[in-house]
Formats: sequence, C-alpha cells, structure tokens
Amino acid sequence: MSIFQILLVGAGGFFGAISRFFVSQYINKRVSASIPIGTLFINLLGSFLLGLLIGMGVGEYSFLLIGTGFMGAFTTFSTFKLEGIQLHLSNKKKEFFIYQLITYAGGILLAFIGILLGPYLT
Amino acid sequence: MIYLFIGVAGSFGAILRYMTGVVLYDESVVFPFATLTVNLIGSFLLAWFTTGIVKWFSLSPLFKAAIGTGFIGSFTTFSALSVETVTLVRNGDLVLALIYVLVSVFGGLVMSRVGFSLSKGEAV
Repeated sequence: MSIFQILLVGAGGFFGAISRFFVSQYINKRVSASIPIGTLFINLLGSFLLGLLIGMGVGEYSFLLIGTGFMGAFTTFSTFKLEGIQLHLSNKKKEFFIYQLITYAGGILLAFIGILLGPYLT
Repeated sequence: MIYLFIGVAGSFGAILRYMTGVVLYDESVVFPFATLTVNLIGSFLLAWFTTGIVKWFSLSPLFKAAIGTGFIGSFTTFSALSVETVTLVRNGDLVLALIYVLVSVFGGLVMSRVGFSLSKGEAV
C-alpha cells in the first residue's frame, strides 16, 4: 500500500461521493416512489459498472481509481440499510421487503451481466 | 460548498475502506470479510449518527452531510458486495455466496437497527 495507491482511491472516492449525492438528489426531486429510488438506482448502476470494470480486466491503478475509489464510494450499503430500517419502522413492510429484494437481486444480476459484457469492451 | 465537504469526507471514507481491505486481506481466505466488516460497522455508525449524535449536538447541516453522506456513505459499499457474490458463485462456492448475502441482508439490518435504538436510548 503506497501513498500513490491511497491517493488514487481517495481521488476516486472524492468524485464517487459527490456523484452519489448529486444523482440521489436529482432523482429524489424528480421521481416520487414508495421506496428510496435514488439509492436503488445508484447501487444498481454502480454494481453493473463495477462488474463491467472487472470483466474488462483493467490494470491495478485504474481499478483503484475507478473501482475501489469511485464505484466503491458511489454505491453505499449504510444508507441502503438505514432506509430499509426506516421503512420497516414506519410499518411499510411491503416496501421494505421489495426494496431489499430488488437491491440484492438486481445488484447481483447486473454485476454478473457487467462481468460478462466487460471483455467485449476491450 | 456542500459538494466539497462531501467529496473530501468521501475520499477519507474510501481510503479507510481500502486500508481495511489491505489489513484484512489474506490470500488463503476466499470469503470477502473486508467488505462485510466495513458494511456492518458502517450500517451501525450511520444509523447511530443520523438519529442520535445529530440530536445531542447541534451540528451544522454541512458537517452532518459530510460525515453521514460523505464519510460513512463512502466507507460502506454495495458494488463490491454484488461483484464478490458473483465471483463466489462463478468459483463454485455457492454456500459461501449464500452465507455472504444472508449475513449482509440480516446483519446489516440488525446493525442499523441497533444503531438506531442506541441513539434513542431504547433497550437493544
């Protein structure tokens, strides 16, 4: 772990976090849904793109910047879980269940599709 | 201005996640312990911070966004979880993949709920 590797992850994380904030605000202002659609969209898109990156077999430094840094920070687990608990506590059991199911099933499926498509992009 | 705060905090969150991964990395272990660890810790921290500390101390909205959305949001990740699950399945480790997803699903919810309860002074 060198300073250069740490800086790559930090730079990716800087833009990943800002993009997440921007995209989730943008979506939540324009789309009204019973589940947190902003975080859902971000986690699904990020899972697909990280899969694509893995499938492309990018080099270590590119992966640290775009994969670990950007996609890692763009997608989030803690907000997804907190939103789940908030749905559960406000007795929206159906929405809670659907939100968890679509995020996991969709995220894993999209990552798989990304990994399969990746080699065609290089 | 809020973008800059979230970005800087987000870069620290990402670096801490990366360092945790390097420290916990063991090439003889195929199970993604590093991502699971940061995700479970982060789920607890975000719920605790968002519902608790924010009430106890009068923090500025800028600072709250930096820590919650920026730092903790970037410390935890979902894309790695998806990709790691696919990798486990493709390597034939179906049981490990299932365990990974189930512990993430329920462990994450429990950690978030505990953080929520703790901040409200409820019995956990």
